[in-house]
Amino acid sequence: MRKWIKYPVMFTVLVLVQVLLFNQVHFGGFLNPYVYVLFILLLPISMPQYQVLLFSFLMGITIDWFSNTLGLHAAASVFMGLLRFPVIKLISQKESDQSNYPGLKQTGIRWFLLYVSILVVIHHFILFNVEVFSFENFHRTLLRIVASSVFTVIFLFLSQFVVFRE
Amino acid sequence: MRNLFRFILGNHVFFLFIILEILSFVFIFNFNNYQKVKFLNSSSRLTGKVYDSYSNLTQYFNLPSVNRELAQENARLRGMLEIHSTLKRIPDSLFIRFPAKEQVYSYIPARIISNSVDRQQNYLTLDKGSRDGIKPDMGIISANGVTGIITNVSPSFSTGLSLLNTRWNISAKLAKNNYFGSLTWDGKNYRHALLNEIPYHVELTVGDTIVTSGYSTIFPEGVLLGIIESFEKRGGDNFYTISVKLSVDFKSVSYVEIIENKEKQEILSIQKLNSDDEKVD
Repeated sequence: MRKWIKYPVMFTVLVLVQVLLFNQVHFGGFLNPYVYVLFILLLPISMPQYQVLLFSFLMGITIDWFSNTLGLHAAASVFMGLLRFPVIKLISQKESDQSNYPGLKQTGIRWFLLYVSILVVIHHFILFNVEVFSFENFHRTLLRIVASSVFTVIFLFLSQFVVFRE
Repeated sequence: MRNLFRFILGNHVFFLFIILEILSFVFIFNFNNYQKVKFLNSSSRLTGKVYDSYSNLTQYFNLPSVNRELAQENARLRGMLEIHSTLKRIPDSLFIRFPAKEQVYSYIPARIISNSVDRQQNYLTLDKGSRDGIKPDMGIISANGVTGIITNVSPSFSTGLSLLNTRWNISAKLAKNNYFGSLTWDGKNYRHALLNEIPYHVELTVGDTIVTSGYSTIFPEGVLLGIIESFEKRGGDNFYTISVKLSVDFKSVSYVEIIENKEKQEILSIQKLNSDDEKVD
């Protein structure tokens, strides 16, 4: 029962935090952390991939709906949802001692940081490039990707100490 | 057929991914004007290129007939010149009373209810909509100058591009000598924008006023945009690179007026005739 209520609550909280807090506050002009990806990151590892994709799409389109960019976050989130499984496979060596629920406590700091960083960079890469929709000023886009990714990862890391501790 | 089903079932994750991505991009192209325009532009650039090189090739074969036409036109014009120069000039006068011009621009007050300054594309949301007579492509000005342009309208709200949007530019001119160029925001600082297309022979000084040119049907002539903060000549360019300090502080703007140009339809329809003519030729 608690498992079932956990994900809808997390979904709602992350959407609200993203839309009401992080979409309003910008740091230094071009840092936009997108913390809502945490929802996709924290889905159980054993969840079938098609469900992960559908939930990614749902999350992305909800954020789009609030921020007037229909399709943009959905495209990036679905892309990230697809690459979630290969990334997990890539960075997990011993499958036996792997927890089913990604998290700082459950899977260890090294694994969690690696997992979060790789997928956040992938997500931001797609997101910012589709937003700008051209390869002019590519270095500027790249700077935005790197800077925002760093901030997102920091916030996701901190979030592990605050909420979703389980 | 069964093999096909088995193939799809075996790769259902990948197919789902493709379907969701296509769906996302359909949304992106249908609901985000910028990507739509950019996509159509790049595709029409390709077709345009094909047509262009084709006509480059074929026009050589038409040169004799083009020459003949030009010679005939020259002869005709020379004949007309002859007639005109031999005509006696008769002084005359004509009494025409111009009808008093009606008010061309009308203004609708509104309030900004959502605004941003630090994205690449900043948008405004206003508290007036189609019920108050607002339509897309109307200009938005505040007491300090140009603020944006309306793009979408609902019954009681409207959204618009802020001037701080890298997607559009505005026809601007120097108030002192009427040289015009286009003002664009470079996406870096919300207090500054760039004025392009001012040639080198124009004399500039820091502090010159930049106003709207009135060449578009959106803004009347002479609405304040900003003042020149610095300018430089870049090697290889034909135009100055001018940094303009915007007169509107987008972080504090809240009350605006929406401009309706009552002659807009008429101007656009006659301009459309021109472009139609070009297509026929």
